[in-house]
Amino acid sequence: MAKIKGTVVIDTEECKGCGLCIGACPQHVLELSNDVNNKGYHFSFMKNPDKFMKDPDECIGCSNCATVCPDACISVYRLKI
Amino acid sequence: MDTNKLTQQDIIRQGEQVYKRPKLLLDNTMHYCPGCSHGVVHRLVAEVIEELGIQEKTIGVCPVGCSVFAYNYIDIDWQEASHGRAPAVATGISRVNPDKFVFTYQGDGDLASIGAAEIMHACNRGENIAVIFINNAIYGMTGGQMAPTTLLGQVTATTPKGRNVERNGYPLKITELIAQLPGTSYVTRQSVETSVSVRKCKTAIKKAFKNALAKKGTSFVEVVSTCNSGWKMSPVKANKWMEENMFPFYPVGDLKDGDKADPALYSKKN
Repeated sequence: MAKIKGTVVIDTEECKGCGLCIGACPQHVLELSNDVNNKGYHFSFMKNPDKFMKDPDECIGCSNCATVCPDACISVYRLKI
Repeated sequence: MDTNKLTQQDIIRQGEQVYKRPKLLLDNTMHYCPGCSHGVVHRLVAEVIEELGIQEKTIGVCPVGCSVFAYNYIDIDWQEASHGRAPAVATGISRVNPDKFVFTYQGDGDLASIGAAEIMHACNRGENIAVIFINNAIYGMTGGQMAPTTLLGQVTATTPKGRNVERNGYPLKITELIAQLPGTSYVTRQSVETSVSVRKCKTAIKKAFKNALAKKGTSFVEVVSTCNSGWKMSPVKANKWMEENMFPFYPVGDLKDGDKADPALYSKKN
């Protein structure tokens, strides 16, 4: 069966750290950073983006996070393997 | 392919992009507070205009309120209106340019309070425009004062002990009033708190825009929204508060879906 792997790219400078994407993610792959961007917001980012295959809680590319993002700073990619 | 060595860059390079920022949304950072529903609705408007391919013939009318700078964010023609008068200005624009598509984007203080007369008469005349109404039950821009749509018991800057019927009257369900007017063809209430509701809201906005393009009368989309700064909550908590308190009073769904009323029902009897 073809599996789908997804990933998200977040424009961390545009992100205002509202945290809505974190609640919308069914796989819990996003979290707020301890660092801040140039505007002073704790931006959202993907936990361990390269550990897809080992981590069962991986991104499926559903684009729920991008749908609820008020600042349209999330791009979603999907790959069938 | 060795999937164990698959990196994020591989997925980006070999996979397809399933979600990207709409082209119509300009690069300016929105001035809205973090988590504001305005940002989501702006993006939906940009996506719908892009999908319908009507960028060149669309004219938006901005209100006074938080969305007063909407012209900075969506790459279409805009006209600024004075407070509450967006439907009146849109009437003029759509009558002078019948080949253009005109929509207004208004908040609850703008549409339900100071512009209540304008929206009622524009909808009653059945102007061929679409109206997007952001209802967050508060005056967000001016610092969280009571709006006509504020719920009973809701604490705002001007109702520190909660809205009281004796003092402040009842909350105004303006969408229900508008649904009764003969000039409207599509009246709906949506929300944008989860990805499912965002997708439904997009469908509703698309339908409203299509109706206005087909000259079927006024289409009205209310979006029940949050104002986390005005409500003094975190964005996630504000969404939860909205689900628990706003939805019982402002139920989501279509209120009217059809055509303008038959003129024969309203004309004098011979």
